[in-house]
Amino acid sequence: MTRDAIKDLILEIIEDIDEDADFDTLLADQPLRDQLDLDSMDFLDIVMELRKRHKLQIPEEDYPELATLDSCVNYLEPLLKDA
Amino acid sequence: MDIQNHRIVITGVGLAAPNADNLKTYREKLLAGISEIKEVDLRYFGKAPAGICTFDETRYRKKKENKRGTRAGCLGVYCANEALKDAGLSIDHYQRSKIGVYVGLTEHGTVETENEVYNISQYDYNVDYWTHHHNPRTVLNNPAGEITMNLGITGPHYSIGAACAAGNASLIQGVQMMRLGEVDMALAGGISESTGSFGIFASFQAQGALGSADDPREACKPFDTSRNGIVVSEGACIYVLETLDSALKRGATIYAEIIGYAMNSDAKDYVLPYSKRQTECMEIALSRAGLKPEDIDIINTHATGTKQGDIEECKAIRKLFGNAENTYINNTKSIIGHAMGAAGVLELAGNLPAFTDNYVHPTINVTDLDPECELNNLVLDKAIKLNKVETILNNSFGMVGINSVIIAKKFS
Repeated sequence: MTRDAIKDLILEIIEDIDEDADFDTLLADQPLRDQLDLDSMDFLDIVMELRKRHKLQIPEEDYPELATLDSCVNYLEPLLKDA
Repeated sequence: MDIQNHRIVITGVGLAAPNADNLKTYREKLLAGISEIKEVDLRYFGKAPAGICTFDETRYRKKKENKRGTRAGCLGVYCANEALKDAGLSIDHYQRSKIGVYVGLTEHGTVETENEVYNISQYDYNVDYWTHHHNPRTVLNNPAGEITMNLGITGPHYSIGAACAAGNASLIQGVQMMRLGEVDMALAGGISESTGSFGIFASFQAQGALGSADDPREACKPFDTSRNGIVVSEGACIYVLETLDSALKRGATIYAEIIGYAMNSDAKDYVLPYSKRQTECMEIALSRAGLKPEDIDIINTHATGTKQGDIEECKAIRKLFGNAENTYINNTKSIIGHAMGAAGVLELAGNLPAFTDNYVHPTINVTDLDPECELNNLVLDKAIKLNKVETILNNSFGMVGINSVIIAKKFS
């Protein structure tokens, strides 16, 4: 999966969680939580969706890797290289 | 304690019924006997008649919150906000820490659990796919808690589990907490999301107690010889309760005063009702209200359309009200189905406008009255207008032998 595809995947999952989410001004290097109406339960939703869609088991200690859009892509790129 | 604080009144009503999303429309449809029971298609179970509520689900909270929460929470948030609006009451009128939220539930968590088991069945029952939302969705205080989160209420909130007597039970709880001075205002009522559970339909079916008819609107037929069971409905109704003193001070419209109530137990059977205890429950409520049977103008029956249940309640009423010539009797479930934990409060709400319009809404779907269900002044087919309506007695009974009665009085 390309970096752009991973980015789209994350945004698609967030949109499923909150269809009112506004991505127009989203800064990829800033925390998603600060820019969107997301909390810890929403991040668990993202983890669950990655598990359901791509059988990814993300360990809890790696959750901080999902903080920004850029860090999501960096973290997931090797995990999804064959996806 | 100031005696005025012992007098608790209803000053706002918010509701979602299978045929209406507000009291005015609800009343109009009840008077006209308009049922909107539909056929639903349930996972595993198949088709069945059921009452489904249509209301503006995002009027008071975002889609995201509805998705995270439960259907019961969604119904509750809508009704609580509508009740406050109806009462003309800002949430800041009372200290938020002195507002209580009491919600009656027949059951809660069944829908969410069934959905989650189905979800993991898509993943070979691997529990790694079980949602983290399961516990907050299924804790028994969930619907009441969702209301407090939505409105920023920091007083007590909890659920009252009392099978299908739960709506009345939580209204009683609200009145009691107000009288104790635990809270200054209460949002009290009942909610049911049970139409989302195939298991509830299947269990009634296994019990031989699920109503059916070619036309789903005719499936709930209490007192008719052809009655064959319950029609499960979702629904919710939340009341604003205030002390009479506070209500008068702010010039509130007062729907009714709760002047009597009672709850008791059959201590007898898991599912079969027991007329003796039902009569006793009504007697206690009348005694608390300082009334005699002949003082009651309308009885809203609990009757659900089951063979034995309807007969038992009719026996109970006949024993106590047999000679009450001016007491009129109706059944709301025939029109809206059985809204389970919301039934008591939703049915009372449907009758409250009688205090101003003097009409008794009818029981529908009775074409051949069961002789064992004959009652003096049973209102069938068409609404009737009385000279005056000043008292309503509302029955609500439930499984495992729980009975509840509320007596509401016109305030004047």
